[in-house]
Amino acid sequence: MSTLSQTVEMEKPTAKGNAVVSIQHLSKSFGENHVLRDFSFDLKQGENAVVLGKSGSGKSVLIKCIIGLLSPDKGSINVLGQNVPDLSQEELDRMRVKVGFLFQSNALYDSMTVRENLEFPLRRHWMKSTLDDVDGMVMEALENVGLGHTVDMMPAELSGGMRKRIALARTLILKPEIILYDEPTTGLDPITGKEISNLMLDVQKKYNTSAIVISHDMNCVKIVANRIVVLIEGTCYAVGTYDELKNSNDKKVKQFFE
Amino acid sequence: MKNNSFKSFLAEVGDISAFAWRFFTEGFKPRFEFNELLRQCYFIGYKSLSLVGITAFIMGLVLTIQSRPTLVEFGAEAWLPGMVSVSLVREIAPVISALICAGKIGSGIGAELGSMKVTEQIDAMEVSGTNPFKFLVVTRVMACTLMIPVLAILADIISLYGGYMGANIRGVVNWDLYWYQAFDALSFSDLLPAIVKTFFFGYAIGVVGCYKGYFSNKGTEGVGQSANSAVVVASLLVFVIDLVAVQITDIFQLT
Ligand SMILES: Nc1ncnc2c1ncn2[C@@H]1O[C@H](COP(=O)(O)OP(=O)(O)O)[C@@H](O)[C@H]1O
Ligand SMILES: [Mg+2]
Repeated sequence: MSTLSQTVEMEKPTAKGNAVVSIQHLSKSFGENHVLRDFSFDLKQGENAVVLGKSGSGKSVLIKCIIGLLSPDKGSINVLGQNVPDLSQEELDRMRVKVGFLFQSNALYDSMTVRENLEFPLRRHWMKSTLDDVDGMVMEALENVGLGHTVDMMPAELSGGMRKRIALARTLILKPEIILYDEPTTGLDPITGKEISNLMLDVQKKYNTSAIVISHDMNCVKIVANRIVVLIEGTCYAVGTYDELKNSNDKKVKQFFE
Repeated sequence: MKNNSFKSFLAEVGDISAFAWRFFTEGFKPRFEFNELLRQCYFIGYKSLSLVGITAFIMGLVLTIQSRPTLVEFGAEAWLPGMVSVSLVREIAPVISALICAGKIGSGIGAELGSMKVTEQIDAMEVSGTNPFKFLVVTRVMACTLMIPVLAILADIISLYGGYMGANIRGVVNWDLYWYQAFDALSFSDLLPAIVKTFFFGYAIGVVGCYKGYFSNKGTEGVGQSANSAVVVASLLVFVIDLVAVQITDIFQLT
């Protein structure tokens, strides 16, 4: 086990420095429920940053603010040089081409085949510009996740792990620079979870993407994380590498590693 | 407690009205989702066709059989086609088809959008450069508004055919004479309000189904709840609209 994790550790690409996502003093509440309070964090180019937090601590709210699905009450979210809350709908759409989002529940469209699911973001984002090789792009994206043969199936016919892969293929089809993963391994068995984690690592290497990964599956965290952020009570409680945080003396941090 | 539920009722009425208004503010701005609209028209029209047809046929048949003895008693058997056609076309066929659609289409839309909401498909559309309100809600409301009148007109015709069958069980009514009498009894002022109100029925069914689904509560039981309350509210609205429609036609002396 330890040897495996060490080899994986060595294979991890390292961060290159400049921030692609910069979150400053972000606050968000729903009525009396103050979910995020003064959260600040920078995602560096090329790194996989994991956000650790108990369920209901506002992890999904955080990345939904980054992609512009929720608007923050206070603070700035700078994504690739633009402040998300200030963007117009059109600018937001253009930003979303570069930022992929993998939903916790996959969000595959039930009424569409796998092919139509993958074509959806392609056709929607570039209605008028050249779209001559849609089929090729769909097949390439599916081959990347090893599921070329499912192209004409419906999502309901697939297993949980396959659906997660298809959802990942749909996220990757636009070749995003940044990927936001919302609990990518939750609800999967440990072996499938590990496969997905390795797939995420492959993506990072192959496309040189930066990613924010929300997870509380420590197996996944161990594999993918370059850096970990601990989200407690709406703020950025601690930041560090897997080993740093694992050996931390702080009780609240430690409980995630037990 | 009572005060509270009254408040939440008012809040919901407000929310549905705002939602219904949003259909107009967003629906008439480009990008129009024509393909999706056609697909929804096909589904909504086609899926309810057989159910509406069977119900309409039975209503026409039953109404004729039931009305017959009374008319015979007064020696007015010859009025049967005319009387039946007025009741069918003005009231029974439109309202029955709207109720069937409230049950079938309203619940279908409520459950579909509800499960799309719960499994984040609506969010996924939004991040894929698509306005989900236009893609999902505007197309469905529009399709309901257009297709329910079509279904109601079909129901008119099928129920009249049912009436013809009913009239021939105990008596003999010539085919041509039946249709002549049935249409002779109908004036333009019978048809127009009866058809106009079905557009409102369709709009109401679409709006309520979409509203309930679009704002479905988290969790899978929320989906069932959306479907269920969509049917209840839509059916109730059909009667309310019918009531308003009859008042308006009365005011304008179209009766
Ligand atoms: N759209 C919303 N409206 C109201 N409350 C919300 C909304 N989204 C999330 N919340 C609340 O925010 C808190 C954090 O939710 P979430 O970010 O989904 O948690 P998690 O960390 O498990 O992903 C929860 O208490 C949830 O009830
Ligand atoms: Mg979550």
